[in-house]
Amino acid sequence: MSQTVFAPWNDPQAKPLIQFKNVTKRFGDFVAIDNQSFDIYAREFFALLGPSGCGKTTMMRMLAGFETPTEGTILLAGQDIAPIPPNKRAVNMMFQSYALFPHLSVWENIAFGLKRDKVAKDKIAERVEQMLKLTRLEKFAKRKPHQISGGQRQRVALARSLAKAPKLLLLDEPLGALDAKLRQETQFELMDIQETTGTTFVIVTHDQEEAMTVASRVAVMDHGRIIQADTPANIYEMPNSVYVADFIGEVTIIEGRVTKSGNGYDVAFAEGAPPLHAESDKVFQNGQSCHLAIRPEKVTVSAEPPQDAANAVQGRILDIAYLGNLSTYHVELPSGQIIKAQTANTRRLSRRSFTWEDTVWLSWTATAGVLLEG
Amino acid sequence: MRRMTWFNVTSLTLGFAFLYLPMVILIIFSFNASKLVTVWAGFSTKWYGELIRNEAFLDAAWVTIKVAVISSSIATVLGTMAALVLVRAGRFSGRTLFSGMIYAPLVMPEVITGLSLLLLFIGIGLDRGILTVILAHTTFSMCYVSVVVSSRLVSFDQSLEEAALDLGCSPASAFRLVTLPIIAPAVISGWLLAFTLSLDDLVIASFTAGPSATTLPIKIWSSIRLGLSPEINALSTIMIAIVTVGVITASLTSKRASLKRQADERAAT
Amino acid sequence: MQRFALIALPYFWLLALFLVPFLIVLKISLSDVALAIPPYTPTLDLSGGWGAFKEFLSGLDFENFEFLTTDDLYWKAYLSSVQIATIATILTLIAAYPIAYGMANAPDHWRPTLMMLVILPFWTSFLIRVYSWVGILSNEGYLNQFLLGIGIISEPLTILNTNTAVYIGIVYTYLPFMILPIYSALERLDGSLLEAAEDLGCSRASAFWLVTIPLSKNGIIAGCFLVFIPTIGEFVIPSLLGGSQTLMIGKVLWEEFFNNRDWPVASAVAVILLLILIIPIVLFQRNEQKQREAEG
Repeated sequence: MSQTVFAPWNDPQAKPLIQFKNVTKRFGDFVAIDNQSFDIYAREFFALLGPSGCGKTTMMRMLAGFETPTEGTILLAGQDIAPIPPNKRAVNMMFQSYALFPHLSVWENIAFGLKRDKVAKDKIAERVEQMLKLTRLEKFAKRKPHQISGGQRQRVALARSLAKAPKLLLLDEPLGALDAKLRQETQFELMDIQETTGTTFVIVTHDQEEAMTVASRVAVMDHGRIIQADTPANIYEMPNSVYVADFIGEVTIIEGRVTKSGNGYDVAFAEGAPPLHAESDKVFQNGQSCHLAIRPEKVTVSAEPPQDAANAVQGRILDIAYLGNLSTYHVELPSGQIIKAQTANTRRLSRRSFTWEDTVWLSWTATAGVLLEG
Repeated sequence: MRRMTWFNVTSLTLGFAFLYLPMVILIIFSFNASKLVTVWAGFSTKWYGELIRNEAFLDAAWVTIKVAVISSSIATVLGTMAALVLVRAGRFSGRTLFSGMIYAPLVMPEVITGLSLLLLFIGIGLDRGILTVILAHTTFSMCYVSVVVSSRLVSFDQSLEEAALDLGCSPASAFRLVTLPIIAPAVISGWLLAFTLSLDDLVIASFTAGPSATTLPIKIWSSIRLGLSPEINALSTIMIAIVTVGVITASLTSKRASLKRQADERAAT
Repeated sequence: MQRFALIALPYFWLLALFLVPFLIVLKISLSDVALAIPPYTPTLDLSGGWGAFKEFLSGLDFENFEFLTTDDLYWKAYLSSVQIATIATILTLIAAYPIAYGMANAPDHWRPTLMMLVILPFWTSFLIRVYSWVGILSNEGYLNQFLLGIGIISEPLTILNTNTAVYIGIVYTYLPFMILPIYSALERLDGSLLEAAEDLGCSRASAFWLVTIPLSKNGIIAGCFLVFIPTIGEFVIPSLLGGSQTLMIGKVLWEEFFNNRDWPVASAVAVILLLILIIPIVLFQRNEQKQREAEG
């Protein structure tokens, strides 16, 4: 692997394209964005992820220029963008509703922004053709928005916002209106287009799977704050809080108290039950309360007591969620704690060994769980 | 994204001032003591007194109300039937002519409607009087009623009526017990529209009324042709007051109904 | 049986009281004026059978229409009706658009009230609304008193009994008909379209021309027809506010009928007025149809 990994956020020399500096946005008494500072780098695919009302859309609308920060500054390529109106910013936005002009054809929609810049006619035609090709819409150039499918509309919206070759493209829930299968295809298309054009993308979404798939970095937001901003792998494997662990993917959270033990900590989680063992880089005091987050796919299910496992518990199968390729078991321990375990369905259903009410052993390694402060 | 800019505030203010100032002036000067309408000479209600003692106006008002109540009631029945035909009856021979005859009176100049009805009444030897005015008013206002009612019927969920039939109603009782109560607001506003149109009409009534049935608009017309009259100002004020109270009451009632509905729905969930 | 009664009752009512009268107008427009009651010939006597019918037909001719072409009063009246209606429609549009725009941009909780304020004048007497301008526009009227009072003019303006007064009257009475369709088009306008236009480089003004106006086009067209069509045959406004030089065909028809008692000519005037109206009515219908299809 001679190719260098794309990670400008780890490079102290790299200059960010966008800098949020202590940005606060209030609507009356409501604090939409609470004193946030973070950077986005050129060519990044940055995802703002969170439930509705967490402030992600406000963040994006401030970048587009439809809202101005109450306090703090936003810099684009080192320049404060607050005084620049939306129509003068080198930032374009793809709207959640697509906001395609119903009275204009696909071609005219894509050409709309170029015409405002007084680009020469042949240059416009050339650029529009290029965009139509990029989004595979050549055949639909003459149609009106209501004469094409939802997926095609989505691509027109993308082509229109990319036509002006913005420094930064904002995507507001770009795939929200598509059905599940189309959404998956479109995610990969989006990544391809982002790579081909080399544009910086900021996407707003409430769909964690979408954010994980497309983004180079994901910022998980809640109540106007970014809780964690990191690569999808780090967000998933090393969440910094219960909120993030719980928001991304499936997880079992076990509450307990820590005691230093060997390389890691013992977590006492229930009276009479032997403590669980987990390694952590973080430093905990003895007796400090904590949460242990365990991803279900890291938990092994077996009928016999496992050998040499750092953690092994016995419980009863309460529920089985069959997902086709995977099955998730909900196993209740004698203490009432429920632990989720996932197994790949490599065998056909009839050969599966566990069923409801079976008593099984669950086991995982010392590094499988993540210790989080309580 | 809604923006309430100074431009919007200004245009709304100027627009509504233009719409309402003439009426406000009219109302103020109805309390003018002077016989000269445009010269203010102190507050007085004497023109209201004159108006009440004026037999001709009272008679005309009575005729107008009779005509309006009767014609709008017949028009509501006929218009609702016509709406049912338009929306429900499917194909029948002469359907195009039928819908043409419903829509044409809406755009027909009043002078032509009036003239043609007058020529008909003379042709068949019907003496002009209250009856002819009622016939004329019924004819054009039933078209308005049918437009109002049919726009409601289009969005009416027909499976409700089918459910009634399924539960043992005859078609007529299904209409009476299910359809009519649901479209009632549209039927009522159709009646109100017909009533107002009849109350308001000068041109058609002038053609069809003849000397024996002078309606209020005809009476007003003949007196304002001679110039401004303080009595007419007083009469206008009374009419504006009645309409204003009516419209505000109606809109408050419907607002309260919709608020109550919202509250009920919230409580139910 | 029930279905038959349902169809038959309104059908025959309209046949008898709308279509037949109209055919009578058509017939009389082809008859000659006579000093009789009814004051025209020939009259159709159905008891005379087929022979009488043929004789009746031969009595009809286009004399009245020829008469309309010889006297230039009539074609001037038609022309000036169309002209006044056109100018008045444009003026109404100019007055109505900002109001409709302001309403569509008003806070949600204001809108039902604003709506009611626009509709309220419609329920009050048309005659009274026109009459209210007589006192304002006359030489001793409130407007002249006001302008003289603040010293803008030194002599009263003559507005009443001119075409200007007719325009004011039409704009005033037909304003709601223009506001409502435009408002409903603007209210449906998706705000994110304007943001998209700005995002793509439009100033607010150019976003208005490139997005708001084209998307409210249907409302504008509907409003224009709703004002233009009834204005052409308008009688009350030109008679009350207009002067002797204000020629409108509705007024001419009225005078022909009531003052000259020339029923055949009045009928011919009506027939031609209708022919003139057919074009905008058909266009209006087609526009409505297109809009319904676009929405459906």
